[in-house]
Amino acid sequence: MHPKRKQRLIIVICIVVFSSTAVGLISYALRGNINLFYPPADVIAGKAPTDRAIRVGGMVVEGSIKRSETDLTTVFAVTDYEGVVEVSYTGILPDLFAEGEGVVASGMLAVDGRFMATEVLAKHDENYMPPEVAAALAGKKPKTGAYNYQEGG
Amino acid sequence: MWSIVHKMGSPPWFFRFANGAIAWLLPIVLITLVVGCVWGLLIAPPDYRQGNSYRIIFIHVPAAVVALAGYYVMATAGLMSLVWKIKMADTAMRALAPVGAALTFVALVTGSIWGKPTWGAWWVWDARITSMLILLFLYLGVMALSEAFDNKVAAAKACAVLSLVGTVNIPIIYKSVDWWYSLHQPASIKFTGESAIDASMLYPLLLMIVAFYGLFALSVLLRMRTELLVTHRQSAWLRSELS
Repeated sequence: MHPKRKQRLIIVICIVVFSSTAVGLISYALRGNINLFYPPADVIAGKAPTDRAIRVGGMVVEGSIKRSETDLTTVFAVTDYEGVVEVSYTGILPDLFAEGEGVVASGMLAVDGRFMATEVLAKHDENYMPPEVAAALAGKKPKTGAYNYQEGG
Repeated sequence: MWSIVHKMGSPPWFFRFANGAIAWLLPIVLITLVVGCVWGLLIAPPDYRQGNSYRIIFIHVPAAVVALAGYYVMATAGLMSLVWKIKMADTAMRALAPVGAALTFVALVTGSIWGKPTWGAWWVWDARITSMLILLFLYLGVMALSEAFDNKVAAAKACAVLSLVGTVNIPIIYKSVDWWYSLHQPASIKFTGESAIDASMLYPLLLMIVAFYGLFALSVLLRMRTELLVTHRQSAWLRSELS
């Protein structure tokens, strides 16, 4: 290779390597802020701040959803299979909200350890399949609360 | 390999290559797009959780995949422009940036439309979504820089450096859902092991990805050919080529 081109190539490689290292170090230092939510285990361990709004994410525990009979308040437990946090939310929940499904709730941690959510987002997984396949896998009909597919509908 | 690069750098050779490639690509892109859309939107089954709303995946994922891959193509052109001073590489960079920006924009908009019914929010400052927004700004930045200089050589140099520095964002976008807790789900199509998407949905999706790669190549070649026609309108080779 022509020495001048070689020199230019080395300069270009240096630019890319140094800028990548810089961005890598910045995002490593800011990883706490890049994470969208805290898992329940961190909340229980006291790693999550209690003086400002945070997000908690995990799976809704099966059988934990309790809906109020007088208003739109729903109480449910969120777990990352290491810890459980109880979440209280007043408002309309997204369509994909269901037991055993992922959610991300934003709000404040109350003194009694309950999480008072102001917004609940459904976190869906990467699995896509037709309803018949899902039913065959589960060995039963598609879950209630989930989308109900009807033939010809 | 170097002989191909040298040929690519010659405007008359590239003009002929682009003409041939466009003639081949156009029917392939039209067929794959139509078949992919009909297959994905009408024939593929609905999803067990999301029903029919998941079908936006057939636009969202191909647009995002090609926007990421297109950035590497632009950065490669930038490298060739900086090190080997190939003029055609500058033309390629200028042609690529708006196409990549459009694809990134489509991915962001379709993601937003998809996010509202499934997650419950139009926009979340999640690692994947934010890094994708940075990709849009990188493409727009290259477009702005190429217009910001009167001197074409200086403009190409600035664009090349920006596109090379921006490559650090691509693995961040790709791995963001694995490195950090995010709302965006991890990848469904896996290079190793079984994909998390059923075969009846995977095949139309792969076909749409092929269609988008073709559409991307076609748009870039058309833009490059147009620029050649404008910049070489006085050249003898172009006159003989067109007569």
